[in-house]
Amino acid sequence: MSASVRRALGALLRQWRAAALLAALIGIWELYVDLGGADPLILPAPHAVASAMYDDRGLLWSNFLVTAEEVLLGILVAAVAALVLATAMHFFVTVRRAVYPLLVASQTIPIPMLAPVLVLWLGFGILPKLVVIALVSFFSIVITTLAGFASVDPELLKLVRTFDMPRRRVFFSVELPTALPGVFTGAKIAVIVAVIGAVFAEQAGANSGLGYVFTQALPQLLTARAFAAVVILSLFAIALFCALTLAERLTVPWAHTSGSQIGEMDR
Amino acid sequence: MQAGEGEIVAVVGPSGCGKSTLLELICGLQRPDAGVVRCAPAALMPQRDLLLPWASALDNAALALRAGGIGRERARELTRPWLERFGLAEFERTRPAELSGGMRQRVSFLRSLLAGKPVLALDEPFASLDAITRAEMQGWLDHALTAEPRTVVLVTHDVEEAVLLGDRVVVLSGRPGRVVASIEVGLARPRRRADPAVVALREQVLSALGVSG
Repeated sequence: MSASVRRALGALLRQWRAAALLAALIGIWELYVDLGGADPLILPAPHAVASAMYDDRGLLWSNFLVTAEEVLLGILVAAVAALVLATAMHFFVTVRRAVYPLLVASQTIPIPMLAPVLVLWLGFGILPKLVVIALVSFFSIVITTLAGFASVDPELLKLVRTFDMPRRRVFFSVELPTALPGVFTGAKIAVIVAVIGAVFAEQAGANSGLGYVFTQALPQLLTARAFAAVVILSLFAIALFCALTLAERLTVPWAHTSGSQIGEMDR
Repeated sequence: MQAGEGEIVAVVGPSGCGKSTLLELICGLQRPDAGVVRCAPAALMPQRDLLLPWASALDNAALALRAGGIGRERARELTRPWLERFGLAEFERTRPAELSGGMRQRVSFLRSLLAGKPVLALDEPFASLDAITRAEMQGWLDHALTAEPRTVVLVTHDVEEAVLLGDRVVVLSGRPGRVVASIEVGLARPRRRADPAVVALREQVLSALGVSG
């Protein structure tokens, strides 16, 4: 068995605590509903959710693809916008001073209020979804990227000045690599809120997507189906988070040689 | 204070006397509040190695060349023979986290050397090393500077290091830092710690600092 396979297995095995806790919670939930603690129409038991997931697999899968596309494109838009904005704020004090308050304010906009407006404005297509997802998820990337730029050792900047390093090269050779772990940290937070953003955006006006399934299922008292949609969204968010963690390990391995990292699942 | 071409001037002084400020003035990182600094361009070698954690020893050593606009591959080609000369050839691809403290300082020194400036400003380069490694590195630096002479300003608070490595030892007073002594060393290299002449000079510097042995 090669070392990398062994490491991967080891990482999986370390998740047993998470698996045990999850199993226990599901067990309690199942017992609670089975013993009559809640009306199954209001709170479906886990086994009902599981069978809804199986029975409605076609419906859930096709709608999952819609939401997944929205989330992935939305995060892409958010990441590009965040990196451009953070770089501009890093280079120009005026931009930083001017933009920072608005940046914070942008996060106080209640999305359930904004989403319908965007739908009226931009239509029922993917565009308003991308705007909502990007809006809720770009903030964390901007903040952590800015923090990453600021974390460059001032002594190092002095040193490269004595080497007459041009400003542009300082950015690409020193500041950007230093900020990369921060970009990943921000992106990990972003993917989670992006999924929530997608649901809000779909609820405001859509004819497909898991948020749409959820919104349609509830009034029909198909609560198991609604829960199944939520479970799939959660699994999707976890998968994105893990994918980013993996990408981070491959891209910025030096950031893992010391100290603890935010958002490590298997430490 | 003056340094002749190819001269190694060791600067010692109590903490807070402005040794680091002196180096920043020499390197043009600060402007003097009063007076003038006339100095050929200088490259700094900092106390902490400040190597880029993501870059190999080779790429770290090549950083100053890259700063001058030389392409990545060309800079590597130019740097490689130096790594060999400095006994680091087999660590070419190694990242700083896997290098020992002494090796990191050698890479750091090489990086500043390759900046191609006539003056090197060394800011307590071995202060963060353990005593054994520091002694080794002092011998190594002596050797490296004999092979590759530069005008050097070596700031240190290790009096012995100053006497072992300097052609001249400049002693600064406490705040405000003024030159209180400038002592020619004039001993052949490599110098030995136990050499009575080295010991005598060390005592002379210490008494100039106001520390009685």
